[in-house]
Order: sequence, then C-alpha cells, then structure tokens
Amino acid sequence: MTMTPPAPLLRVEGLTHYYGSRLGCGDVSFDLYPGEVLGIVGESGSGKSTLLSCLSARQEPGGGRVLYQSRHDGEIDLYSVSEPRRRLLMRTEWGIVHQNPRDGLRMTVSAGANIGERLMAVGARHYGEIRDQAIDWLGRVEISDDRTDDLPRTFSGGMQQRLQIARNLVTQPRLVFMDEPTGGLDVSVQARLLDLLRGLVSSLGLSVIIVTHDLAVARLLAHRLMVMKEGRVVESGLTDQVLDDPHHPYTQLLVSSVLQV
Amino acid sequence: MTDTGYNYAYLDEQTKRMIRRAILKAVAIPGYQVPFAGREMPLPYGWGTGGIQVTAAIIGQDDTLKVIDQGADDTTNAVSIRRFFARTAAVKTTEKTVEATVIQTRHRIPETALTENQIMVYQVPIPEPLRWMEPRETETRKMHALQEYGVMHVKLYEDIARFGHIATTYDYPVMVNDRYLMAPSPIPKFDNPKLNNSPALQLFGAGREKRIYAVPPYTPVKSLDFTDHPFEVQRWDDCCALCGATDSFLDEVITDDKGGRMYVCSDSDYCGDRRAAGHVGPQGVDADAYQRATAAE
Amino acid sequence: MTSQTNAPLPAVAVRNLEKTFVLHTQGGARLPVFAGLTLDVFPGECVALHGPSGAGKSTLLRSLYANYKPGSGQVLVRHDGGTVDMVSATPHQILAVRRHTMGYVSQFLRVIPRVSTLDIVAEPLITLGTAPEEARDRARALLTRLRIAERLWSLAPATFSGGEQQRVNIARGFSVPYPVLLLDEPTASLDAANRATVLELITEAKQRGAAVIGIFHDADARAAVADRLFDVLPVPSQAA
Repeated sequence: MTMTPPAPLLRVEGLTHYYGSRLGCGDVSFDLYPGEVLGIVGESGSGKSTLLSCLSARQEPGGGRVLYQSRHDGEIDLYSVSEPRRRLLMRTEWGIVHQNPRDGLRMTVSAGANIGERLMAVGARHYGEIRDQAIDWLGRVEISDDRTDDLPRTFSGGMQQRLQIARNLVTQPRLVFMDEPTGGLDVSVQARLLDLLRGLVSSLGLSVIIVTHDLAVARLLAHRLMVMKEGRVVESGLTDQVLDDPHHPYTQLLVSSVLQV
Repeated sequence: MTDTGYNYAYLDEQTKRMIRRAILKAVAIPGYQVPFAGREMPLPYGWGTGGIQVTAAIIGQDDTLKVIDQGADDTTNAVSIRRFFARTAAVKTTEKTVEATVIQTRHRIPETALTENQIMVYQVPIPEPLRWMEPRETETRKMHALQEYGVMHVKLYEDIARFGHIATTYDYPVMVNDRYLMAPSPIPKFDNPKLNNSPALQLFGAGREKRIYAVPPYTPVKSLDFTDHPFEVQRWDDCCALCGATDSFLDEVITDDKGGRMYVCSDSDYCGDRRAAGHVGPQGVDADAYQRATAAE
Repeated sequence: MTSQTNAPLPAVAVRNLEKTFVLHTQGGARLPVFAGLTLDVFPGECVALHGPSGAGKSTLLRSLYANYKPGSGQVLVRHDGGTVDMVSATPHQILAVRRHTMGYVSQFLRVIPRVSTLDIVAEPLITLGTAPEEARDRARALLTRLRIAERLWSLAPATFSGGEQQRVNIARGFSVPYPVLLLDEPTASLDAANRATVLELITEAKQRGAAVIGIFHDADARAAVADRLFDVLPVPSQAA
C-alpha cells in the first residue's frame, strides 16, 4: 500500500457567496481526498447549506473556485465548464442525498425505477439489466426485493432515505453530498442508516461531504470536521480533535451543549 | 357559400405570417417546440385550435383539405373544421386521402401512404413529452437543450414493471432526427412507423400550449424502446369486419347489449376504398349488393 | 514494513511540547497542563508516564496521538521511512500515521451500533488492506486470548459489561502490529488473568520492536512492562 497521498479529489479555494449584502458563506477553502468524509457542522443559518449548494453545483458562488479531479478529464473548474458537463457530472460521478427524500426521489414512480433512472440517464437501455441492478441495490440498502415495484410514498421515512442513497450510488459516484441525511428520523432508524452509510462509504471508497448539526453523526461518519458560524469556518481539523479539544469559543459552546444520555 | 366578413382562412395576414415563421423554424429544427403567439379561435381548446391555426396559415386557394377525427371523416369535429375552411377559404374539401393536399388530423395517420405533395397537420393537446416526469417548463427546456432524455425511459420501465410489456399505446414518445424527443400527438403507436421517413411534411400545432413543431419530409423518427423490449405496434387477431383488411388499425364496435362486437377499420376512407375495390370482410356486403340495397329503398 | 529494530533513532521524539486549555465557556479560563516537555522513546522500550492524578498524563498521551492539539512544540513520529510531526501535520498525514504506525488503546470503547465484536476488532487490519478472513482470524485469536466468550463475537458490544468492552478495545488496539503503541490504563479494572494477558501482549509488542508509551495506575503492572518512568509534573497554576 502506497503512503504518498493521492491528489485531492476536490479543491475548494476562497468560496464566497452573498445573498444581497448578507453573507451566505465566506472564504471557505479546503481539500478533500479520495475516500475521505468531511463533516460540516454548525447551527441553522450558519451557512452550511449554502456552502453545500455551492460545492455541489447547485448555486453558483459569487467568488472562489471549486476544482474537481474528474475520472477521465483531469481537474475541472466546476463553474467554468459548460452546464451540460456539470449536469453530466451530477448524474455520473456525483450524488446528492437530500434531507427530505421527496427532494431526491421521484415519488410517482416505483422504487426500481427510482434506482434505474440514473442508469437510464447515462444510456442503459436493457430493461432486464437495469432491473437486476435496481434489485441488487435495494438489497444493499436492506430493502426487500418484493418492494421493487412499490411507490416510495408507501415506504417509511428510513426506507425512503435508504432508497435515495441507493438511487445515488447505483452509478458508482466518487463524491456524494449529504444534507442532514438522518434529520427527521427516529433514533433507532438513524442508527441503522448511519451504520449502512458507514459500511457503504468504506467499502466503496466514497468521498463524502456531509452537512449535519448532529455532532454524534459527525463523529461516527466524518474523518474531518469544519465548524461554521455566520458563514465562516471558525475551526477545522480531525473529527476527534475538533470534538475532544475544541479551541474556538463557538465550537466549545457547541460541544458542551450536547445533552448526555 | 364563402363568408365575406372574414379575412381569407379566418386569420389576418400578419398572424398567418407569424405562424409561418414559427413553422419555418420548426422545419429547420426537426422536433423542436417553437413557441408562437396562438390566437383565440372560434372553437374551444381541445377541439383542434392549434391544428386550425397551422392549417389557416398554410392553406392556399388551390389546396384540397381533408380532416380526420378518430380516423373518420364524418364525425362532428371533422365535419365542422372542413366546413370552417370551406366557408372562410373557399377551398375544396375531400374525404379521399389521395385527393388531399392538406390533411388535418386528430388521433390518426391515414393508412394510405402519403406523398411529397401532401402536408399533415396534427392537433396536439400536450406537446411536451417530458411533462409527465417533469412539471417545470424551465427544466424540460433545459433537458431538451442538453438532450437529457433518460427520464423518458423511466416511464417505459414502469410499464414493463407493471404490465410485463410497454403498455403505452398512444402518444408514444419518439426521437426525431436523433436529436429532439417529441410527442407524436395522441396517435396510436400503430401509426408511429408512418412518421419515419415520411415523404409528406408533418406539422404539429398545440393551441392551448402555443407550440408548433415539425417533422420535415424524409426525417428519421424512432420510437423509444429497450433492447430487450423492442418497440412493437398493436396487432389484432381479427380482420376488418367490413373490408377484410388485416393491415389497418381496427376500432372495436359494440353491436348490441349482449356483448356482440365487431372490428372495423378506423380509417373510414381506406375501408371504403377497399370495399369499392371488391374486398369483403366477414360481416360486410359487397359494394354491388350495397348499391342495389340502397337503390331499392 | 520498514526495518527499524536496530536503528538508533527514537520512534517518538517529543520536543518542547506545550499544552494549555482555554475554556471560553468559562470566562476564558486558562489551564496550563505542561510546557517545555521533551521525551524520546525508542523501538522496543516501554516508557511509563508517571505523576499524580491530574498532572496531565492522559493529556500528553492524547497529544501524542494528535487527539488533542498542543499549543507549541513537536511530536516527531517515524512513519513510512520519514518523520511526521503530529503537531503540525495535515489531518491526512495524521490519519495515515494512526492507520499504519500509531495505535491508541483507551479504557473506553466507542461502540458503533450494529457492528459485531469480531468486525470491530478486525476493522483496523481490513482498513490496511488485509484480507477480511485473515483479519478475522487474527481477531478471533485475540478475543480468545482475552477470554471474550465466542458466543459474544457476533454481537455488537453495546450491551457488554465494562470489563468486556475494555477487553474488546484492547483486542482492537493490538490487532495491528503498530510500531508505536499508546496505552491509557490498559489493565485498569481487569481481573488477574486478563491483566496477565494484557501484560503478555505488551511484552510481545516490545519484543517485536514496538515503542510503547503507557499510563499504568497499577504499580505491579508498571513494574512488569515499563523499562523506565517519565515524570509528568503539574504546571503551577497561573492566573487567567
């Protein structure tokens, strides 16, 4: 096993976005390496979601650059390549798991079609093979194959979230963005989802950027953390460093505010 | 009995020019939906306002118009639209496919092969084939621009998952000239192959949605499918009960309250021609016997 | 694995290490823990951190592992044929050192829901690229030596007793032959038989050339494995 660090998968330089005169996120820079999970924590309104939108090609930032090491074309500057290229990236090499499954699923088509869509979007035209892959992925996210033809609205919240994950992973993305993936789920359902995510991330070698306000989720999944407050990164580092030895006053407040069970 | 109170073919000349410009653009970009400033017409949306505006913009004094509704020339809508143009444009009208130079249609393409001297005008209720999957117009336009059509196969996938085969039987989506995804209007998929490489110019008008699109002559039009579920047209075990045709689109007609039924050609002109030429189906009478019977009344 | 048994260089070299906690939630109170701390630990030796409770032994151990961030100074670790300073290293480098070079065993197991005991112990090896079955064989051997009943191996250790969880954690810590081992009270609250096993494991680690730095509350255990003591003395408190 080589120990020379590979090139970063994502390089973010001075990312800044204003909504009018109000700062969404300011001067955010970091590198993300293959197989690395980066957590972005902070309270509501801290700029986490703005940052995630800017990173995931959904919101063009006012300033700064997002450089992505693509599979075939070397490093590309996300907001200077053409929109078709960007959208293709989102269907193939990237995935987005939304907090609300309704934002990430087609609620009017079956679970199998939800997974198959990304395959069809990149040109798969063999029904049998699409279906086999859909069923395989349902199994990997612990959904029984007799639910393949059911609509997602007949699924529980946890199942919908797992379906959303399968739909994203079927095209073998390298980078997945997650926005509060366990938000709104019961604690027991959360635990199952987290465990599943943890397994998938390590077995597939995914790079993940996960936004969460739940520090326990961050500790379980993330290798590194960035703590955001009022649009800026106030502290960053290894997850256990940030949580066990927080330096910034806001991080200390955040960590000390967690209720102990 | 031409009405004198209207401009030729009802629409004013500026409007017709505007529509012709839209048609020219549509012909230049096969399958692309061109927005146009659709006018209020003296009939309700859904009755063919888009088709009528296209016909009004292209019809000339030496044209012969045929109008089809559900394959037949003698249904209310077909009769009304034919009469509309007879009164406002004084054109000749016909029920014969071979005599027509402009054919406005709802639901069917004639069984008789079209020629380079003919123009088909389709009445279209919903021009956007992606609307079923994507409600946002901004997004569907982008999907067309970027040729992101994978989602259209999701609909076909759902058919196979539910019914074991592609159950979409009309308005079956097609790719035009390997570029634009197009709704062929609510024609049965039986007629889809007739769109492909047709010698006739084919124009599509959507009145409510105010869109015009076109398939120029000899343009490839391919119906979407899966490699393991190839596109197929409907087939019937029966032949036409009147003319015995086995190659035409058949309508099921209920004949009594006891479940009696027969299948007849949906294209009334095609069926009539065949009977006139001596073809007789299992429940049909030959043309001579028909003549004698009607003469005796 | 790089050859290092006869190398004269220390496996871990601590230089002028300083750590002060600043508690912003408590009016910015400053708690200095240590300053100017220097220590060399060589392959094959075990250094016991020694000092009264609250002197900062655990803080030092965590600082060596880069779990805590020292204010200044260096923690130089020999890693992959070079040297990494754990104080200034990038997160990426620190994780590489933790994966390959430096193991840390605390008294407390961080339980992950639904992951079996066997997989918890095998995971560090699998992460390094060992075939899963081979890693599980190693895990089985360690769990057997530490007397964890076989019927528990397939269960997540959330419901285990404190002693059982501690032994699972020790098995995990010893699964990879790390060149550097940090041990925080590894024998605390273990019975005599298990304490003996842990001391055996430490001795074996030293014999294969590991540099061991540990906190041993138990004097007998300390005497059994430690080659020398390193005094960690409390820094006189300063006004905030």
